[in-house]
Amino acid sequence: MLQSPYVTSYLTEHFGNDEFTTLDGYERLGGYQAARKALTEMSPDDLIELVKASGLQGRGGAGFSMGMKWSFMPKEDDRPKYLVCNADESEPGSFKDRIMLERGAHQMLEGILIAAWATGAAATFIYIRGEYSFPADCVERAVAEAYEKGYFGANAMGTGFSHDVRVTRGAGAYICGEETGLLESLEGKKGQPRKKPPFPAQYGAFGMPTTVNNVETYSHVPHIINKGIDWFRAFGTDKSPGTTIFGVSGHVARPGLYELPLGTPLSEIVFEHAGGVPGGRKVKGVIPGGMSMPILPAGLLDVPMANEFLREQKTMLGTGGIMVMDETTCMVRVASIISYFFRDESCGQCTQCREGTGWMNKIVERIERGAGEQSDIDVLLDVAGKMEASTICAFADAAAWPIQGLLRHFSEDFIAHIGGRKCPFPESFEL
Amino acid sequence: MVISEPIRSEIDAEIAKFPKPRGALLRAMHLVQAEHGHVSTDCARELAEIFEMRPIEVMEVVSFYNMFFDKPQAKHHVYVCTNLPCSLRGARVLLAQLESHLGVQAPGDTADGRIHLGHEECLGACAYAPMMRIDDQYFEDLDVEKAKSILDSLGE
Repeated sequence: MLQSPYVTSYLTEHFGNDEFTTLDGYERLGGYQAARKALTEMSPDDLIELVKASGLQGRGGAGFSMGMKWSFMPKEDDRPKYLVCNADESEPGSFKDRIMLERGAHQMLEGILIAAWATGAAATFIYIRGEYSFPADCVERAVAEAYEKGYFGANAMGTGFSHDVRVTRGAGAYICGEETGLLESLEGKKGQPRKKPPFPAQYGAFGMPTTVNNVETYSHVPHIINKGIDWFRAFGTDKSPGTTIFGVSGHVARPGLYELPLGTPLSEIVFEHAGGVPGGRKVKGVIPGGMSMPILPAGLLDVPMANEFLREQKTMLGTGGIMVMDETTCMVRVASIISYFFRDESCGQCTQCREGTGWMNKIVERIERGAGEQSDIDVLLDVAGKMEASTICAFADAAAWPIQGLLRHFSEDFIAHIGGRKCPFPESFEL
Repeated sequence: MVISEPIRSEIDAEIAKFPKPRGALLRAMHLVQAEHGHVSTDCARELAEIFEMRPIEVMEVVSFYNMFFDKPQAKHHVYVCTNLPCSLRGARVLLAQLESHLGVQAPGDTADGRIHLGHEECLGACAYAPMMRIDDQYFEDLDVEKAKSILDSLGE
């Protein structure tokens, strides 16, 4: 079952303590002081500047500056403004938001209240993936407690500021994690991403100016208010400050969650914290940030887990979901599982994505069963290249990148299947 | 009316919480499905009236999402996550074993129509693999024997 992180820091320090999940307990442990301070002592502009200066980057995958996002919200605009909390965690290999919802709902809500004050938002819509039934129950309970205490509603914390929170449960669609797919779904439609521009800050939820941030990103905010920028920037790297919650899965001795500073070397997370591969086997490859992010081979694991370093290796931090694969793993099988997923989840709007994900999956499966041709590798690379940067949303890129990564570092596995006309890794996935 | 009075009033209360009524549509579908097991054509027609949509638009939404059904369903839905992190820890072996235990090929229903066995994409339980979702509940850190006994103890 879901367990508290093996290594904790400021976000997850109290996740093992049941008290932290109740409003009273959260306040006893210092909760809601940051929101009170923000709403009573700080102007929205000061808050936006503070969060900008903290360097806090979104923890949902794209890594965009949270303060910048807030500053895009139009100031001279009479329309109601909205926030969205993206709790549609569906990126394979990612399970950190789930524990943030189950064990840290008030911490997230406090971040939301502060963000609402900073952006002048009238309401926040928390969109939780439909399968997260228990986490959604936890959030709904926390929202009800916060309303009862007067922290949300017409007169939030007695300041005259009005802010409502609504919880929407999704119904099973990966694409609803894409921010405009989420907005469509929130409005009761098929979750097909919107063309941009207009961006959500101009035309977001229900057509109103909207900022979308991830569960974990909101949760950092109270700590930055309480302890200041210098304290926050002491964690992580210059360009990527703070901690994040890495989720480690696959072939490791201690799979689980680890809250560590950004910039922690991937090798330290895999070998020291997660205990390395059991049974004396060697690592073959590691996906560093959820399934959309290209794989790294064993020789490149010393990379610090921050985007400025990962980009040099043609991959990204993504959601921090780390998947470890040992030497028995067939990388063509991995490509087959990955391409099946993206084929299954493509929303079908854009031709490049709808057709491209299908083609990639068909070709990879053909290679996997020993019926591939040498030219298939070139076709794969050609299709993947044509899917990049050519569609309404980044889903097609996210489908192309991992296949490109596998071909970049493990082309010998593909060639062996094609030449030998069968899979040379009989033990793979039979654990 | 096929949608019951209590559910209808719950839907009305949800509609009042959103800037536009349709913001409550997903919630309404979850409520209807909890009552009826699926969103039937008749339910879709009533939802269409409530939300001032065309029935076909309601069905489009139903068919877009994996968790909504337009046909009667087995009593229990069992899904084994077979995405990469779970597959690395034996999910495909588990699914195969459960297929032969239940005598059904996934995705499919048992002969008595009681259990639907399928596979699902990542459910956010990667470190606790293999795992399965049964209806609204997660069962994690499974092995074949544990999973079989959970299935055997499922209520009628």
